[in-house]
Amino acid sequence: MSQKNDRAKEQILKMSGVNPLKCMRCGKCSGTCPSYDEMEYHPHQFVYMVETGEIDKLMQSPSIYKCLSCFACVDRCPRGVEPAKLVEAVRLTVIRQKGMNHMTADSIPALLDDDLPQQAIVSAMRKYSK
Amino acid sequence: MQVNEYKPLIVAFCCNWCSYAGADLAGNNRLNYPADVKIIRVPCSCRVNPMFILRAFQRGADGVILCGCHPGDCHYTSGNYYTRRRMALLFSMLDYLGIEKERTRVEWVSAAEGAKFAATMNDFVETVAALGENKRLEDLRCKK
Amino acid sequence: MKRIGVFVCHCGTNIAGTVDVKAVAEAMKHEPGVVFSTDYQYMCSQAGQEMIKAAVKEHRLDGIVVCSCSPRMHEATFRKTAAAAGLNSYMVEIANIREQCSWVHKEMPIGTEKAIILAKAAVAKVSLNAPLTPGESPVTKRALVIGGGIAGIQTALDIADAGFPVDIVETKPTIGGKMAQLDKTFPTLDCAACILTPKMVDVAQNEKIRIFSYSEVTDVKGFVGNFDVTIKRKARYVNETLCTGCGACTEKCPMKKVPNEFNLGMDNRHAVYIPFAQAVPKVATIDPNHCLMLKSGKCGLCSKVCGAGAIDYKAKDEFLEERYGAIVVATGFNPISMEKFDEFAYAQSKDVITSLELERLMNAAGPTGGTLLRPSDHQHPHTIVFVQCVGSRCEACAEKGKEYCSKICCMYTAKHAMLIRDKYPDTDVYVFYIDVRTPGKNFDEFYRRAVEEYGVHYIKGMVGKVTPENGVLKVQGSDLIDNRQLHIDADLVVLAAAIEPDKSARPLATMLTASMDTNDFFTEAHPKLRPVESPTAGVFLSGTCQGPKDIPETVSQAGAAASKVIGLLCKDKLLGNPCVAHSDEMMCNGCSTCEKVCPYGAITYEDKEFRMPDRTTKVRRVAKVNEAVCQGCGACTVACMSGAMDLKGFMNKQIMAEVDAICK
Repeated sequence: MSQKNDRAKEQILKMSGVNPLKCMRCGKCSGTCPSYDEMEYHPHQFVYMVETGEIDKLMQSPSIYKCLSCFACVDRCPRGVEPAKLVEAVRLTVIRQKGMNHMTADSIPALLDDDLPQQAIVSAMRKYSK
Repeated sequence: MQVNEYKPLIVAFCCNWCSYAGADLAGNNRLNYPADVKIIRVPCSCRVNPMFILRAFQRGADGVILCGCHPGDCHYTSGNYYTRRRMALLFSMLDYLGIEKERTRVEWVSAAEGAKFAATMNDFVETVAALGENKRLEDLRCKK
Repeated sequence: MKRIGVFVCHCGTNIAGTVDVKAVAEAMKHEPGVVFSTDYQYMCSQAGQEMIKAAVKEHRLDGIVVCSCSPRMHEATFRKTAAAAGLNSYMVEIANIREQCSWVHKEMPIGTEKAIILAKAAVAKVSLNAPLTPGESPVTKRALVIGGGIAGIQTALDIADAGFPVDIVETKPTIGGKMAQLDKTFPTLDCAACILTPKMVDVAQNEKIRIFSYSEVTDVKGFVGNFDVTIKRKARYVNETLCTGCGACTEKCPMKKVPNEFNLGMDNRHAVYIPFAQAVPKVATIDPNHCLMLKSGKCGLCSKVCGAGAIDYKAKDEFLEERYGAIVVATGFNPISMEKFDEFAYAQSKDVITSLELERLMNAAGPTGGTLLRPSDHQHPHTIVFVQCVGSRCEACAEKGKEYCSKICCMYTAKHAMLIRDKYPDTDVYVFYIDVRTPGKNFDEFYRRAVEEYGVHYIKGMVGKVTPENGVLKVQGSDLIDNRQLHIDADLVVLAAAIEPDKSARPLATMLTASMDTNDFFTEAHPKLRPVESPTAGVFLSGTCQGPKDIPETVSQAGAAASKVIGLLCKDKLLGNPCVAHSDEMMCNGCSTCEKVCPYGAITYEDKEFRMPDRTTKVRRVAKVNEAVCQGCGACTVACMSGAMDLKGFMNKQIMAEVDAICK
């Protein structure tokens, strides 16, 4: 378990308010995820990897940008684990770590495309407008 | 270790069905709590007449704790609700009389919560010990 | 002055290890009223008890204090010892110096000091003890079983077998319950009807059993041994004694489009109906919500065709009052509603069904005659997906699911999958599971057989979404072991819906003053040692009203409940708890406060004549406690403003004496 990063784990749990120990490994989040095939780590793995403290792997993975923030996993999880909130927290951690934003709020409108889910846009605004 | 360490005198009323059994469970699991706690068994927490508590303070008790079943779990369906309301009144009256609210307490301890019983007693004794002796209601004529 | 004996137990080293028992015994010798004090290795042993008996005789003791383990452990033992020595058994008090002293303190001086104080409190209490005699109440030798499913049937048969009369109250027109709707039963695959219907016939033919079908319990009064129960016999508009069950009326009835609840609405029945061919009692019932005659007064066909003249449109609900010694609750379960689980498209597609609906589709007496056909187009399904734990183990969705495991789904899903593969080998069957839980005799072997012999595809994962599209159900789910997302085009999706207690359970629990958990399952008196008794005396639990269970477990619990009922009904008289409230009528001012706080309704008022000092008589209203109903909680003693109410065995002065002894 050389990948363990307890401080980052604690930070992510605090930010997201998620308790990964509630997960009973049913896989409904991954069964429900629309961008499953795009992802290297799938929603259920996310929960498990945060629980075991493998945060660094997650932060380096492109998977975190594949999540649409559609919140289907949050809605359907029978245990209320809310995997999408973990993904969001990992994304935020990456941004905070670099000490700066990837882009300014002004640059966002140009990047919008019609097929983007509304929720993803709202997420992005929240994330990048700070 | 101090020789003259102050030992508070705590009277605990425990209902027969939950808390007394919880105290027994604390014993079965060998969970230590201070010997200052002396338990009196009552059928239900609602059997505890405010007179008993006043009497305890009069006779020099430093703290009184009442333990009953959790709300909704009373063996007699509703006894602990009476306790909760009665004691809310009594404790605020005692507070007015100078018996600090920290010296009195109502706790819900089920028969399965031996650990909670021991933890509660440890905490209560510590709180009362920090307040020191109770002098307010003590009847000196009762002293030998 | 009392003559009290103190007996200090070593309990091997359990007590003697941390408490100087000899010092305790010695200290007690100087307490007021104590005439004898000793210690012994094991007080509860035969020798220890003999020692107590000898001391009672030799020192003419009239009060005993045993310093030993918790009274919850051996109070009953020492009470028996006292009774054997000729003392009243309530002249015994226990000082708990094991669980609440020696086991929680480590140092000898501290333990000894506390043990002495606890012993002093017990001595102070026992010197105020008064002899108590438990009250007696008669036992009505008849039992009531509420619910006529397999649990109720088995309980009733077992009680009747012992020779006691039993009544079954069932809300539906027939007994049989959920088991009558099932096709085959796991793990032996015998047909449910083949093993259930003979039992239903046994019930009907048993002289000791009366069946009140199409009836409800509306009121319960009284207490163990003597429950007064009101039973509402809903009007079925057919005279039960005249009806022969020929079925002529059901064929002629013009109202043909009433959803058939026995087949879960998958086909229709008439407004006058017999739920199924083997119904007991086999009597027709008119559904007042759909009968033309009852709704508009125009029709009357059934009355014309009935050769027995059993139809009675003017029938009214009747109320029966019966007295019972014991009540068995067997109200059973229902699958939860699937309407709120949008992701499985239950409401959108007819081809998404629950497992209970599948039972009917596979049953030879069901809507399809036992051939498995899709409800939408009556075609044979080739790909079938089972989803387990739908609504079970669902903590986050309290408004639609249940937090507990429904226990039976793993096994019946394995059964369904196996039966389908057996009958239609050309069908692909997938089972999405979170865990497969198959503890039980021959259960895991059964599940393995489904996988190994019948080739059912078990997939560790969960279905996330079902989308109906052009007559196909697009199933999207995860395969956690293969770490991929699966997309299956299914013809039929079967949801293993969680089960929940019947809706009638909660109002019934209120009537019975029996306790329930947050899921509306009845609580047992002790989860391990008294699993078939409710904490309310005289109320017993049978079947799924107490928690999810399968048929073998239900039947064993039904038998266990019956044996407890028989044990109760065998008694001629019941001994009550003598530690009950008692009102001093000279002090009582009849204010009614105690009546209001009593949770059992044990307190009533009566007008009583009192002689005044001037020789006149005066009538005063005073409280009276029904000792058979009082459970001895003591709520009234504190509420009483005049101090008239006291609790025997825990009298005000006794508890005061304990407080004084501890605070000295």
